[in-house]
Amino acid sequence: MDLNTLWFVLIAVLYIGFFVLEGFDFGVGILLPFLSRDKDPQAVDGKRRLMINAIGPHWDGNEVWLLTAGGATFAAFPQWYATMFSGFYLALFLLLLALIGRGVAFEYRSKDANPRWRNLWDWLIFLGSAIPALLLGVAFGNLVRGVPIDAEMNYVGGFFNLLNPYALFAGVATLLLFTLHGAIFLSLKTDGEIMEKAQATARRLWLVVVLVLLALLAATYFATDIYQRLGFNPGVVPLTGMVSILLTGFFLRKMRQGWAFVTTALAIAFSLVTAFLILYPRVMISSINLLYSLTIYNASSSPYTLQVMTVVAIIFVPLVLVYQGWSYWVFRKRLTTRSPMVY
Amino acid sequence: MDVLTLSRLQFAITTIYHFFFVPLTLGLSFLVALMETLYVRSGKELYLRMTKFWGKLFVINFALGVVTGIVQEFQFGMNWSEYSRFVGDIFGAPLAIEALLAFFLESTFLGIWIFGWDKLSKGMHAATIWMVALGSNISALWILIANSFMQEPVGYAVVNGRAVMTNFVDLVLNPNVWVMFPHTLSAGFATAAFFVMGVSAYHLLRKSHVDIFRRSFQIAAIIGTVAVVLVALNGHSQAQHMVESQPMKIAAAEALWNTESPASFSLLSIGDLTQREEVFSIRLPRLLCLLAYNRLDCEIQGIYDLQAAFEGQFGAGDYIPPVALVYWSFRVMVGVGFLMIGLALYGLFLVMGEILEERPKALKLFQWAIFLPYLANTAGWMMTELGRIPWVVYGLMTVDQGVSSIVSSGQVLVSLLGYTLVYGALMVAMVYLMMKYAKAGPESSAVGSPDVKDTLPSLVGAHD
Repeated sequence: MDLNTLWFVLIAVLYIGFFVLEGFDFGVGILLPFLSRDKDPQAVDGKRRLMINAIGPHWDGNEVWLLTAGGATFAAFPQWYATMFSGFYLALFLLLLALIGRGVAFEYRSKDANPRWRNLWDWLIFLGSAIPALLLGVAFGNLVRGVPIDAEMNYVGGFFNLLNPYALFAGVATLLLFTLHGAIFLSLKTDGEIMEKAQATARRLWLVVVLVLLALLAATYFATDIYQRLGFNPGVVPLTGMVSILLTGFFLRKMRQGWAFVTTALAIAFSLVTAFLILYPRVMISSINLLYSLTIYNASSSPYTLQVMTVVAIIFVPLVLVYQGWSYWVFRKRLTTRSPMVY
Repeated sequence: MDVLTLSRLQFAITTIYHFFFVPLTLGLSFLVALMETLYVRSGKELYLRMTKFWGKLFVINFALGVVTGIVQEFQFGMNWSEYSRFVGDIFGAPLAIEALLAFFLESTFLGIWIFGWDKLSKGMHAATIWMVALGSNISALWILIANSFMQEPVGYAVVNGRAVMTNFVDLVLNPNVWVMFPHTLSAGFATAAFFVMGVSAYHLLRKSHVDIFRRSFQIAAIIGTVAVVLVALNGHSQAQHMVESQPMKIAAAEALWNTESPASFSLLSIGDLTQREEVFSIRLPRLLCLLAYNRLDCEIQGIYDLQAAFEGQFGAGDYIPPVALVYWSFRVMVGVGFLMIGLALYGLFLVMGEILEERPKALKLFQWAIFLPYLANTAGWMMTELGRIPWVVYGLMTVDQGVSSIVSSGQVLVSLLGYTLVYGALMVAMVYLMMKYAKAGPESSAVGSPDVKDTLPSLVGAHD
C-alpha cells in the first residue's frame, strides 16, 4: 500500500470514528425535545439534563474526530481540502454555525435556572445536532455522486446544486441512523423513564432505518458508478452493513442493548466504508468530466510530507485511542436520576 | 465590497474574536492545575474551593475558545483555497498535528475533569487538568509553527508553483517560532494572572471569601509579575529577530519612512497616509537601535528604501503595509504591556507588604486592569498580521493571490454577517455568565463536589 492510499484509509478511519462516536451524541441531541416531553416543566428540564449529562463527558472529544479529519485532509490532500471547503462554502458555514451553537449550549444551558435561557440553548442543541447530521449525509451523498469540478480543480456548481434528491436522501438516512444510534446509547446509559422511552423509540425507529438504508443502497446504484466499480453484487462491505442493521432489530427485541449499539456502530462504519470504496482512488468525482476528478494522487501532498505525517500518526493515533477509550471506561456506569448533574 | 475585502474582514473578525478566549485558556488552565495540585498535596479544603471556583470560570471561557477554533481550522479552505493549494503541503501538517496532539488531549481530558470529580482519585483528577493545560499549550505551539511559516518561510522549495516541504525539522525549529511561542505563552499567563487578580480584588473589596481570594491574588501576583517581565523580554528578542526577517514590519511599526542611522524611536508620529510621508514626529534618538539590536548605533531601513528593494526583487507593486494600523497597534501593545508590568509589580508589592486589603483604590484598579491584557493581545496580533501585508506568506504569496477564486462576495457577505451576529450574541452570553459566576464567588463548602448535590429530585418516574 503506498502512502497516498494509506492516508486515504486514515482519513476514512477518522470520518468513521467521527460518525460512530459523534453519531450517538448527535442522536441524543436530536431526541432531546422528543424524549423529554412531560406536562410538568420541571420534569422536562430534569429529563433533558439526564440526556445531556449522558453524553456530557464525551461530545467534545468526539467532535475532535471531525477536526482531525479536516486537518488530515489539509495535510495529506490539500487540493481536496481546498476544493471541497471552498466549493461547499455555504453548507460548511451552516455546519459551523450549528456546531458553534451546540458546543456553547452544552456548557451554558444549566448555568442559569431561567427556563427561557435553558429552552433557548436546548433548541441550539437540537438544531446543532440535527443540521450537522443532515449536512454531513448530504456532503457524503454528493461526494459519491460526483459534483461539477472543472479542469482547474474548482467546484463550479452553486449551493443548490448540492441539494439534489439523492444527496438529500443520504442526509435523511444519516439523520435517522444517528437518531437510532443515539436512542440505543441512551437506553444503555440512563435508567428509569428515559431509558424506557429510548428503548421504545429505538424499536419503532429500527424498521424505518432498515427501509431507508435499503432504499439508499438501491438509489446508490442509480446515482453513482457503484455498479461499474463494485459490480451488481456490491461485495461484503455494504452487505455487512445491511446485516448489521438487521441484527440491530434482533438485539433490540432480545433487550441486548449493548449488542444493538455495536451493530448500529457497525452499520454506520460499513456504510461509510462503502462510500469510500465507491470513491477510491478518487476523493472528489467530477460530474463534468471524470478526468477532472481529484484523486489520491493529483490532490495529495508531496511524498515527504506524507512520510512525516505517517510517522506522527503512527505514534499519536494509538495514544489518542488509549486515553479516549479510558474516558469511556471512567464513565461506563449508567446515569440515574440520583446521579450528579453537571450540565 | 469585493471578495478579497470581505474575506479579509471576516478573517480579522473571527481570528481576533477567537483570540479573546485563547490566552486566558492558556494561562488559567495552568493556574487551576496548580491550585488543584496544592489541594492534593496539602489536603486543604481552601484549595479545593479555589480550584472549583476558578475552574468554573475557566470552562465558561474555554467553551467559546473551542467552538470559535473550529472556524479557524475550516476557513483556510473555505475562504483562502488558493492559499491552501499553494501552502497545503507545509501548512496542513502542523494543523493536523495540532488536532491530533492537542485538540484530542484538551477536549477529552476536560470532559473527564468536569465530570470526574467523584469517579477518580484526587491525584488522578488533578492529573487530568494538567493534561488540559498541556493540550492547550501544545495547540498554541503548533498553530504558531504554522503561522511562523507565513511570517518566515523555511524548510521548503517551490515546485510547479506550489510550496513543498523539504525539511520538517526546519519548519519546527523555525527561529520565528521560538521567539513567538514564548511571547504568546507568557502573554497567556499574564492574561490569566490579571484575570485572577481582578476578580479576587472584587471580592477582597467586599470582604467575601477573603481566605480564598487573598491566596488567589498572591499566586496570581507572583505568576503575573514573572509573566509580564517575560512578555517584555521575549518581545524584545522578537523585535531583534523581526528587524532581520521582516524589516518592513519594524519600519511600519515605527512609521520610519526614511532609512535612519542611528535609528530613533517614535514617541508620536502623525503622517499623511495618502502622500505617505511624515507630517509631525517626536522621536527619541537611538532608542530603536537599542530595541532592535541591543546597541546604540545601527542603521534601520526606512519604508521607501524597503519598497524599492522589494520592487527590485519581486517587480512593481505596493509592498507597504497599512502603516497607521501597524504603528498604533505596536504602540498600544507596548504601552499597555509596560502599564501591566507596573501594575503587576505594584500588586506584588502590596501582597508582600500584606497591605493589599487596606488599599481599596488599588483593588478597584485591579478590577479594571482585567481588560488590559485583552487590549495588548489583540494589538500584538494586529501588528504581527497587518505588518506582513501585502504578503500572506512572506516573500512568496500576496494576500490577494490567496483568496478563494470560486467563492462569491455574496456568499462571504452572508457568512460574515452570520459569524458577526452569532459571535456577538455569544459574547453577551459569555460575559453575562462570567460576571454572574465571578461575582457569586465560590461555594461555601466544597466537600464532595458542589455539582454532586445538584441531582434531579423532581424527575417524574424517579425510583429509589
